Amino acid sequence: MESFDFVEMKIPAKAEYVGVLRLTLSGIANRMGFSYEDIEDLKVAVSEAITNAVTHAYDDTELGEITICFGIYPNRLEIMVADHGGSFNLKDIKNKIGPYHPKEPIENLREGGFGLFLIDTLMDKVQINNEYGVIVLMTKYLNETEVDFSDDQISTTQ
Amino acid sequence: MNLEIEVSEGQVETIVKLSGEIDAYTATKLKETLLTLTNQLDKLVIVDLEHVNYMDSTGLGVFVSALKASKENDSHLKLIQIQKRVFRLFKITGLDEIIDVHAIVRGENKNGII
Repeated sequence: MESFDFVEMKIPAKAEYVGVLRLTLSGIANRMGFSYEDIEDLKVAVSEAITNAVTHAYDDTELGEITICFGIYPNRLEIMVADHGGSFNLKDIKNKIGPYHPKEPIENLREGGFGLFLIDTLMDKVQINNEYGVIVLMTKYLNETEVDFSDDQISTTQ
Repeated sequence: MNLEIEVSEGQVETIVKLSGEIDAYTATKLKETLLTLTNQLDKLVIVDLEHVNYMDSTGLGVFVSALKASKENDSHLKLIQIQKRVFRLFKITGLDEIIDVHAIVRGENKNGII
């Protein structure tokens, strides 16, 4: 099995900790050598996943925890965000995400629901599992030309 | 990780200067401020985002509600001096076609922003 470093954090499911997690994430991504632009993309995508977990997973009376894991590989960063609260209907959500259309009347504009759309746009690979709570697994490659898994085919960079 | 909001209210236009980060935590305060302003009749609300270095979809949501409120009250919402990275989110989501948004213009890059 491929070797990697692993960092795990647990935060209370509260909005004030989203920024704390962003700092940790910037640190890890910076150490791995991600570009400034990629780090900004990562920050938005991971914040969206955590914000979703904070907003949807728990009601006001019951505050839980969110687990965030970083899998640090030589060529990529994998981030998993898991809540242990209620699950949502993925098909429903998928129908509600996507960019705005300029012709849509303003009254119909959604005020939320961009989270998953942004995660999908900003990350290289996204997998969502909602069997037990919601788990979002996101991957960002260090160099986008290096997406091939086969070692002998990576020749573009040294 | 915080957001500072500075409001200077004039006769016709109100300028809201923001500095810091707009996320799930800071968006609540921003939404309150902007809705109070855009719920007034015939106002021009200009939001200056020059010093906003981070924003996510919660920020987009706040600006969408402020836009709705301003339309209902014949007011106008305008976002100016948006940093390139933050402006990108308006573009990706198509909101740049709907909200009056202006990216920051740097001296050396007057024509080809983004």
